[in-house]
Amino acid sequence: MVKLIAGRILQGFGVLVAVSLIAFFGIYAIGDPTSLLVDPQATQQDVEQVRHNLGLDQPMWRQYGLFVGSLASGDFGRSFATHEPAMRMILERLPATLELALAAIVIAVVAGVPAGLAAGTHPGSRLDRVVMTASILGFSLPTFWVGLMLILVFAVNLGWLPSFGRGELGSWLGIHSSLFTLDGLRHILLPALNLALFPMSLVARLTRSGAREALELDFVRFARAKGISERRVVFVHILKYISVPIVTMIGMQLGLLVAFAIVTESVFSWPGTGKLLIESIGRLDRPVVVAYLLVIVSIFVLLNLLTDLVYLTLDPRVRFDAGAHAE
Amino acid sequence: MSRQHASAMAIPAVGPRARMRAFFGTSAARVATAALLILVAGAVLAPWIAPQNPFDLAQLDILASRLPPLSRGASGALYLLGTDDQGRDILSAILYGLRISLVVATVSVSFAFVLGTAFGMIAGTAGGRIDALMMRIVDIQLSVPAILVALVLLALLGRGVDKIIVALVSVQWVYFARTARAVALVEKRREYIDAARNLGFSQARILVGHLLPNALAPLIVVATVEVAHAIALEATLSFLGVGLPVTRPSLGLLIANGFAFMLNGEYWISVFPGVALVLVVFAINLAADRMRDVLDPRRTP
Repeated sequence: MVKLIAGRILQGFGVLVAVSLIAFFGIYAIGDPTSLLVDPQATQQDVEQVRHNLGLDQPMWRQYGLFVGSLASGDFGRSFATHEPAMRMILERLPATLELALAAIVIAVVAGVPAGLAAGTHPGSRLDRVVMTASILGFSLPTFWVGLMLILVFAVNLGWLPSFGRGELGSWLGIHSSLFTLDGLRHILLPALNLALFPMSLVARLTRSGAREALELDFVRFARAKGISERRVVFVHILKYISVPIVTMIGMQLGLLVAFAIVTESVFSWPGTGKLLIESIGRLDRPVVVAYLLVIVSIFVLLNLLTDLVYLTLDPRVRFDAGAHAE
Repeated sequence: MSRQHASAMAIPAVGPRARMRAFFGTSAARVATAALLILVAGAVLAPWIAPQNPFDLAQLDILASRLPPLSRGASGALYLLGTDDQGRDILSAILYGLRISLVVATVSVSFAFVLGTAFGMIAGTAGGRIDALMMRIVDIQLSVPAILVALVLLALLGRGVDKIIVALVSVQWVYFARTARAVALVEKRREYIDAARNLGFSQARILVGHLLPNALAPLIVVATVEVAHAIALEATLSFLGVGLPVTRPSLGLLIANGFAFMLNGEYWISVFPGVALVLVVFAINLAADRMRDVLDPRRTP
């Protein structure tokens, strides 16, 4: 078990090193950002000075060496555009992205699980078909398009909800978030709904197939034979049985949502990390793009590890199998 | 899939024609196919049927900009779906945009098909360590969302038709690799492969001439789904401003262009290109779903 976890951590570390290498050398190749940063009237000497200040006159491998060296001390370099530390820019924007992802997951579970349960316990019914078709739509419609339609309907035509920004931030336990004020909640509703579309479809499908499978199993028949009410059978017995795969999937989805938020944040002008990434790509702001990638991939690796651990505690069979496999 | 071939020989009814009939057995598949045919025909025939060439600045009338649907221009020309901020007819822009979106998607998927299938079949037939290592690469890539991989690549490469094709191929080859490997693992144990090997055929000939035809059915389903994915992903990237250049206005760029005007209530500049995008993507997905049911007998209820 310890061996397994150590292996996972090692693998995660390997992925991080690979990403930092690819990102750094790749982004190095896209050309010289000085031409964008320096006034076109500047003399050759000024340009050389700027290149020297940014460290761009060093050979590539030296730059990577310096980069890794400063990574170790928590320094991800400074943004070419704002001259702020890249890491601080990412971390300042991260809460906005995380609150959006969290709100989306909550919506996905609150709407997806009941829909999936209803569809799964009534196989072949009209409700089942509606849920299945809706989930195909949720998978196949481009997120940005659904976001635009939400804006068109709820912000432009009906005028019920705002279409951009985080609104007023509340503060609770030292955390500043839109989730703590009414205005903030009004602002987060549309983007969260937009981001929830994909995980909602996934949760609904997973719950449906799980419930369908459970209906055939002995413990459900037995519970029914005991005369337990249908409601209790579905919401206690079946739900408990299918909770493990759903929890696992939510853990993995949370990481993916941080990345998918790139699109939603751009549509709704949500000041999170995804919007920062798009802005930074647009102005060739190398250090910020690299810092974003490293932060996001670290989040993936961490969440995958956590999900594995939760899975191990929830399902003892996995513990045994995995242990046997690792030997 | 060779099991299917065997049964095809035993019962003549399960031939390609019967499969076609089965495919068109549901109304969803019929509607999807009809919609797709119309959209593809519109895109292919755009230079002949579009009311206007949106790339020809001489044909654009700036005075006719942002007209609502069903307006008429100064010359009396009807703008069925309205015009955009440069006086471009939206219907024409959609037809030309669809053309660009479809070409980019089909070219990318074709490359991804060839590369991914070759990779997957080699991994599947090689087996052992080589297989494990090759599939590790696939797993790692699958653990990172496609949009992130594509965005980073485009950040490195810049904008352009060729660059977005490279980005889409890099994202999509893994799906073909996974499917091709799964089929290869099953098929390589079959007798006809042993027979081919005993006849002294080269590994390459066995892979291309014997294994590939039997792996084709599931790969075609993957390809169909991936064309829809590619269209949606390209539209998303272009919408974000990192995909196609402004000189190649695909559906995604048209939608992005109209976004600012949508907030003033001038919905048509964004909405109609979006409807075309959604129709294409959804129709392809429906068709792929039905194809999977028809080609894979285990899935049919």
